[in-house]
Amino acid sequence: MVPTVFFLLQQTATDTPARGPIMGYIPIALLFAISLAIPVGALTVGRFFRRTVMTQEKMMPYECGVDPVGDARDRISVRYYIIAMLFLIFDVETIFLFPWAVVFDQLALFGLIEALIFIAILVVGYYYAWRKGALDWA
Amino acid sequence: MVPLSWYLILSAALFAIGAVGVFVKNNIISTLLCLELMLNAANLAFVAFSIFQGTIEGQLFVILVMAVAAAEAGVGLAIVIALFRNRETLDVDESSLLKL
Amino acid sequence: MLPLLVELPPLPTLRDTAFIMPEIILTLFAGAALVLDVALPRSKKHLTAYFSLIGLAFVAIALAQQVAMTASLLPISAFYGMLFIDGLSVVFRFVFIVAAAFSILYSIKYLEFEREQRGEYYALILFSTLGMMFVATSGDLIALFVSFELMSLSVYVLVGYFKRDKRSNEAAMKYFLTGIFSSALMLYGLSLVYGVTGHTNLGLISETIAGYVQGGTAESGDPRLLLMVALVLVAAGLLFKIAAVPFHMWAPDAYEGAPTTVTAFMSVGPKAGAYVLLARMLLFALAPMREMENLPGWAALLAVVAVLTMTVGNLAAVTQDNVKRLLAYSSIAHAGYILLGIVSGTDMGYQGVAFHIMTYTLMNTGVFAIIIALHRQGVIGENLNDLNGLFSRAPSAAVLMLIFILGLAGIPSTAGFVGKFFLFGSLIQSGKPWLTYIAIIAVLNAVVAFYYYARFARAMFLNAPSENIADASPLLLAPSVRITLTLSAIAVLFFGIYPQPLINVADIVAQSITTVYAQSSGIALR
Repeated sequence: MVPTVFFLLQQTATDTPARGPIMGYIPIALLFAISLAIPVGALTVGRFFRRTVMTQEKMMPYECGVDPVGDARDRISVRYYIIAMLFLIFDVETIFLFPWAVVFDQLALFGLIEALIFIAILVVGYYYAWRKGALDWA
Repeated sequence: MVPLSWYLILSAALFAIGAVGVFVKNNIISTLLCLELMLNAANLAFVAFSIFQGTIEGQLFVILVMAVAAAEAGVGLAIVIALFRNRETLDVDESSLLKL
Repeated sequence: MLPLLVELPPLPTLRDTAFIMPEIILTLFAGAALVLDVALPRSKKHLTAYFSLIGLAFVAIALAQQVAMTASLLPISAFYGMLFIDGLSVVFRFVFIVAAAFSILYSIKYLEFEREQRGEYYALILFSTLGMMFVATSGDLIALFVSFELMSLSVYVLVGYFKRDKRSNEAAMKYFLTGIFSSALMLYGLSLVYGVTGHTNLGLISETIAGYVQGGTAESGDPRLLLMVALVLVAAGLLFKIAAVPFHMWAPDAYEGAPTTVTAFMSVGPKAGAYVLLARMLLFALAPMREMENLPGWAALLAVVAVLTMTVGNLAAVTQDNVKRLLAYSSIAHAGYILLGIVSGTDMGYQGVAFHIMTYTLMNTGVFAIIIALHRQGVIGENLNDLNGLFSRAPSAAVLMLIFILGLAGIPSTAGFVGKFFLFGSLIQSGKPWLTYIAIIAVLNAVVAFYYYARFARAMFLNAPSENIADASPLLLAPSVRITLTLSAIAVLFFGIYPQPLINVADIVAQSITTVYAQSSGIALR
């Protein structure tokens, strides 16, 4: 028998992912519909109530408040990096809430308390960043 | 169904590209990208193993590694900013105050 | 294929939570230190340091309640085997607390002098300590990796703490890049370990690998070969962390560029954390791969690395004039000595590892404390010449320094000698001829080391004070620092002459290493 490093490679999964009846996707479709309805609804309702004043700035292509015309290789303010760093960290931390959401009803109160502790730890970091002035743009 | 070997070959290739990139790239940001590539190659291997073995631990590991990678990127960018403020260059080869 | 809904095991109870009480307290204090930092006015920032010390005291008290558990050698598993508590974890967590407390104590005046007194420094040290403590209690690859990263990430930031100092920036960058690179290597190795064994629990991994190694090769090939690849990757990552040759190049740069107090901390705390990780991986999870039929095991690999590490470390240290670089190379050499204990695989070797790490913590922080004090006096204190005539200027500081240096050199009647005696002796005791040759090389290395440690003594006692010293007044050590240093020096001498109490502690570690491995299946899951 020739020993091969890739002894595992000959394995294949025996069955395909568990595919429930198509009805199982109804909650996802509902979620999709609701998340579509909220922005569409808000914009439609707003259309009837708002005043429309078009200024030069408002008509410009949107680029996060930066002048859209100019050299693309311009040096970007260092503040963007700090905001990006904070965003990156706090954004990825939400990843831990997804597994919790999957088994939310089974974990019940215990899971809720654990998640709250987790968020409390994050809030300490957020408070620190805030008081340090990392969120100020001035 | 895609066999496990394909995932592992892809993962090994990504890891190798990242590892080589760390040594040949001069810009720190590129080096950071290569390091992230290495971490994600490992993640891919974890997920593939997890699916093919029917154990959940690998996927758990990946979630935590992603969070760790984000923290690493945060710290790395912070160091890069501090370095750039003082030196005005991101070329690794020009960082030579500390002799070898 | 994975079921979509897993039947959950019973939830963790208060029993599990009680086991991580020290860590919970430390988390609270570390978070509170961050908040204190932004809440306190600039002139009162140093209060965070005292707050952190109080926190460490509470952690030590909480940990003391776990000491009784070390009496029964069987480890206690919590959170479904994610954590487990044995003698090794209890003893080393005390070491981490002491290392952190010393570093904080020695930092207060230094940061004041550098006008960098900020609470985040102490919070980062606490977070790093938290990571180390979880490394020592982890029973699972996931927990090991995440807690090790917590420890490392905090130290990366600390190395670059002087953000206006170019050397500090550069050291942080080098340390960070090599650190993440080694983490990535290790992670890829861990993914292969997981792939081959199908487990992330250290006990189950050990059991599965033992099955493979004992000839139970699968019909589809030899899993040991893939395990070898995994072993090399994991070992490379681990050796990076402890700065073993050939992965040592970052250490002198990082040590030199970092703020001296951080150098003191990272040469003992995170270093010890990395040794614990090494012990957990090699002596527990991958223990069956120590020696294998037809294939080289990790013992041979580690033996080569250990010999290279101590030789390169000692020879490179001889030519250094910068004290911090010299101590960096000396710590590389000490990493080589400590690896010897793991290579020997005897109880005596493990005792030596634990004993040497404990005493090294005392001696190395002591040396750095004196260098930090020199810095305050308008002398840079980083060059060996800055120590010239220290005895005439500050006799007590010079004598303390001498004791620590002699300890590091391993002169008989200091604790450093006992550690080396155990480490080298274990090689001979193991009875294997090739280990005896390594012991001879190690002793020769120790002789080389005498030379550069003697340079410290010559500079302090024989050389005349240099003219360029701005401030000739005697060194002023803060009373708390002076008391701590004196106590450490007494401990170094006491344990050199009567090492039995510390050997007993080291024996707890050695026993728990051997028991854990023998009982690996019993503690996999609660």
